[in-house]
Parts: sequence; C-alpha cells; structure tokens
Amino acid sequence: MSSAAQSLPIEISSLCKAYGPVKALDDVSLNIAAGEFLTLLGPSGSGKTTLLMALAGFMRPDGGSIRFGDREMIATPPHKRGLGMVFQSYALFPFMTVAENVAYPLKIRGVSKSDQKTRAERALDTVQLGGYGDRRINQLSGGQRQRVALARAMVFEPQIILMDEPLSALDKKLREHMQIELKALHQKLDATVVYVTHDQREALTMSDRIAVVNHGRIEQVETPERLYRQPHSFFVADFIGESISLPVKVANDTAQLNGRVLKSDLPIAHGSGGHRLVIRPELLEVTSGAVPETANDLSGRVNDIIYQGDSVLVMVQHDSAGQINVRVPANRAGQTGLPSKGEQIGLALHPEDTIIVPEHVS
Amino acid sequence: MSVAETYEGAVTHQNASTLKSEERRESMTFFGLSLPAVLAILVVVFLPVFWLSSLSFYNAAGELSMENYARIFESALYRRTFVVTFQISIAVTVICVLLGYPLCYWLTKVPDRTAAILMVFVLVPFWTSVLVRTYAWLVLLQRNGIINSSLMSLGIIEEPLQLAHNLTGSIIGMVHIMLPFLVLPLYATMRSVDTDLVRAAVGLGSSPRGAFWRVFFPMSLPGLFAGIVLVFILSLGFFVTPALLGGGKVQMLAQRIESTITVYSNWGAASALGVVLLLLALAMIWLMNRVFGLDKLFMR
Repeated sequence: MSSAAQSLPIEISSLCKAYGPVKALDDVSLNIAAGEFLTLLGPSGSGKTTLLMALAGFMRPDGGSIRFGDREMIATPPHKRGLGMVFQSYALFPFMTVAENVAYPLKIRGVSKSDQKTRAERALDTVQLGGYGDRRINQLSGGQRQRVALARAMVFEPQIILMDEPLSALDKKLREHMQIELKALHQKLDATVVYVTHDQREALTMSDRIAVVNHGRIEQVETPERLYRQPHSFFVADFIGESISLPVKVANDTAQLNGRVLKSDLPIAHGSGGHRLVIRPELLEVTSGAVPETANDLSGRVNDIIYQGDSVLVMVQHDSAGQINVRVPANRAGQTGLPSKGEQIGLALHPEDTIIVPEHVS
Repeated sequence: MSVAETYEGAVTHQNASTLKSEERRESMTFFGLSLPAVLAILVVVFLPVFWLSSLSFYNAAGELSMENYARIFESALYRRTFVVTFQISIAVTVICVLLGYPLCYWLTKVPDRTAAILMVFVLVPFWTSVLVRTYAWLVLLQRNGIINSSLMSLGIIEEPLQLAHNLTGSIIGMVHIMLPFLVLPLYATMRSVDTDLVRAAVGLGSSPRGAFWRVFFPMSLPGLFAGIVLVFILSLGFFVTPALLGGGKVQMLAQRIESTITVYSNWGAASALGVVLLLLALAMIWLMNRVFGLDKLFMR
C-alpha cells in the first residue's frame, strides 16, 4: 500500500462511562503514538471493548476527550471518523462479492469505478487473496473471511485501524499464523492500530505496546517484554503468562518470604493490600548442587513430574511456601539430570527474575 | 481374506449388515412417522382439488368441453372481476408494506421487552376471528359509526364519509387482517440481521442513512419478499372481508365463485374460475421469485 495518508496519534484523556453503578470506563487516559500497534488486553467485561467502541464512535461516553492527531473526536459521528474497522464476526456483507465488500469504503467515498477495482484488487493481493474477487462470502473459509475483512478495513488507507478480537473465531493454528501475518501487514501499512484481545499470548506476539485493562481502568501500559518481566500489579502478573504467587512482607523496599529476605533487582511497585512474590515456572533454575548465594533459594522435594510435549512441568513441594512449579524444556539439555519423584532438588530464583507486586495498584 | 468373504464376492466389514439394517429401520421409522400427515394432505387437499378441477372440463350437459374456460375469457364481467381482484390485492400489499416495514424497523430498535409487548398488539388481532374483526370495522366505518360521528362532532367534516360498503372499506379491512402476515416474517428477518453489519458500514464511512439502504435494506429483503407473497396470495382469494365491507359493490374472485355456485349452481364455471385463480397465484409466486428471488439476493 502506498502511504499517502500519514498515520495519526491518538490521545485519550479522562474518558468515563458508567452503566448504572458499573464503571465501564473509569477515568481512562492513554496516549497512542502514530503508527503504533497498541493492544487493549483484558478479561471479558474489563472495558476493553467499551474503550474501542468509544474510539469508533459507537458508544457515547459520559465525559472525557478523544483526539486523533490534533482533532477532537468525542462528539464526531462514527462515519466521519475515517477509521478502518475489523469486527470479531468479520461483518462482511453476505449479498456482495469479495471484491464488492472490499470496494465498499471506496464506493461510498465516491471513488471512480475503475479506481475501486484496481485498489480493491491491490488490497486483496496484500492479504494474499488475489483472484478471489468474484467469490461469494459464503464460499470462503474463516481465515479467508478474516483476510477480506482486513482488506476492506485498509483499502481506503485509513490513518487509524481498529480491530475487535479479529482472530478469536479462528482455530489455534490459523490464529497463530494470522498473528504473524497481521504484524507484518502493520509494518507495511502506515496506520495506527488499536487491537482488542483477551488472549495474552496474542497480545505479546503482535503489539508494540500493551495496555492491560481491568475494571474499566488501565493497569499498565508497556512493551510486551517489560510487561512480562516487570508487571506493576498482581493482576497484570497473573493475567499475563503462567505464574504462581506467594504472599510476602515488604518493609523499607525489601521483601521477606517466611522471614527470609528476597534478593531482587526489580523495583517494588507500591499499592494496597499487601505484596506477592510472582514466580514464572520457566524462569526458575534447577541447580545440581546447592543454590548459589546470589540467588533466592526455593529448594524442595519433587512431588510430581508432568510431561507436556514441548516442556516438562516439575511440581516441587517447598517446606514453608507450599507448591512451586518449575518448567524445564523437553530438549536434551533440559532432560539431562531430570529429577525423579521424591527427590530433593535445588531451585534458584535469580534476583533479575524476582518479581514482587502489590495486590492492587493504588 | 476369509473364505466367506471370497464367496460373497466383496469385502464385508465387521457388522456391516447389522449397521445397514439398523439404518433401514431408522429411515422406515421416519417414514412411518410422517405417513399420517402425508395421507391426510393427500385425502383432504389433493384429491378434492383434483376432483373440483376436473369439474371445470365438463359443460352444463355433462360433456367434456372447454366451454367454462372460454366463457371466462369472453365475458367482460369475468374479466372485470379478475382486474378488480388484482387491483385490490396489489393495493392491499402496497399499503401493508408501507405500514409494516417502518413498524418492523421500529420494533428492532426498541428494547426487547418493549418489542415483545408491541408484538402482542400485532398478534392479538391475528388470533381473533376474521369475521369478528370485519364486523368490528363495519361498526367503526359505517355512515353513523364512531369515525364519522367523531369527525362530524369535531367539525372536520359536514357530511359522513363513505367508508364502508365500498372499495375503501374493503381495503381498510383487508389491510388490517393481512398486516400480521407481512409483519411476522419481516420482523423475524430484520431481527436476524447482524447489527455488526450496519456498524461495519457506518464504521467504514457510510452515513446512517446510506448504511440502511446499502446494507440493512438488502438484508431485510428475503423477509419482505416472504411477507409480500403471503399477503398478495392470501388477498387474491379473500372472501369474508370484501363480501361484508364491500356492500355488494366490490366483487372479488372468491365472491364470484361463491355466487356462481349458490345462485347459479354452476359447478363447472365455478371450478374453472378456481383453477384460473390457482394458476395465477402460482404464476405470481414464480414471477415474484424471478423478480426479487432469494437466489438473486444471495447468489448474484
């Protein structure tokens, strides 16, 4: 696609929406850079879709501001916002052909018939559906429909594209394939993308930054890696990736687990309701001998070993902290010296992996 | 391969014959279940229709002839009846669409609870006898009925309007009786239109009005078509309402058939009229399917 249109930044500030006593959007502020791929990630009912619908103009907020570039959009009707949109249900028009669907945004913008044709064909080529223009929607598979919806959303070169869980109806394999494809497509297009999903892995795979939404508020906005390694709250730590957590006592910026000081390189975020140590099973190290002085010692007795194909989950009973899971890769390196049931093993949690988060963000 | 299998000349899968007979038994059960309905339709619908139709090919003397059909095409009176029947049916259908489409659209926009209550208002008259409703309209529309007396006491009109015992009365009564036949299929279709489709159209830049005409309206056409066919075909053969509200001035086909039998006892002529009506109705269905058929809508 040519980049005639420059992508636009989005500036959301103090956006509020209440449905009775429920705050669907609770004073949400978020800045999205031009050309960024930002994902709104959260469980169902968190308010992520409400936020997207507010951006699209289908939901009227109670107050706040939405700016695309330097234009205030809060009261602009949806059809004048100039957005590309992809829906969870694809929302393709069943009585039109593939090409007519893709050309729809051009047709209503008064683009000439011949231009409509060439641009629709080019958009279909971009999503690898060249030559499918004359097909009917009901002749396409789920993945192909998704691509048509994408082509339709980008054919008029919008500066902003909104996507509402566009891959959730696809099976796992196709979904993972489309994630990579979408990411590559975004790099080709000059458009700001706001993407909604409840799938943390999808968010980690595709996004420049992820905004974690919970109870109508944004808990944290970060790049995938920092979000995973340095969550700011227990909710974020728990929602993203696999983890187990243990309650810890925090005083003077040091945390104690059952009376032993935890060594951590990561800052301890402040909040309310106590703190928890978050342990990611794949970040623990099984040591052959004693746990080195520099690391936190979580050694225990092996309770059970579960084979999961790509990895092996070792369940370790710690004397005081309870059960701790360790994930060991199922390759040769991981298998050498795999412990057996009932064996006492050393478990090291290194300071750079020692995540301590508050129960709630303040 | 075992000896037995070779002997039968084909590979026999384990339990194949048991499974096959099981399948046969199942399909026999389904056939048995539908048999009473099939027989009933055969005896109650097809045989009488066939027998009545056959009457049309005999003249008054009981000889085989096309006399009855020839009369339909030669007689100005009969031609007039056909024209009036079609005119009334078309008028009723058009008015039903003009009233019913906005009503259905509005019903899809109000909250579900409200829509359910409003649907009751559509359905209660639907469950009431046609005869009762027709007499009710007679009470409302007659010379000194509620409508005329109200309009006169308000000073809007000086002379009572001629609302009953004519074409106007027939059409008002028929529209009221036919409206649910349009509303029910149309509303069901409109309800099933994915709201995301209209949202997508608006989100991609259509004005709300453009999205309605380009997306919602085409999606509602199958229901509208079904409603139009129902109303039109039912109107073609309608008897009670035009007979009572038309006051003898409106002669539709069904009334002509009735008088041919009761007044002239000419079964052959009545039968010929019925056959022509049936063929016309079938032709109309075929034609309408050609004009805005479902296949056209989805398989262009």
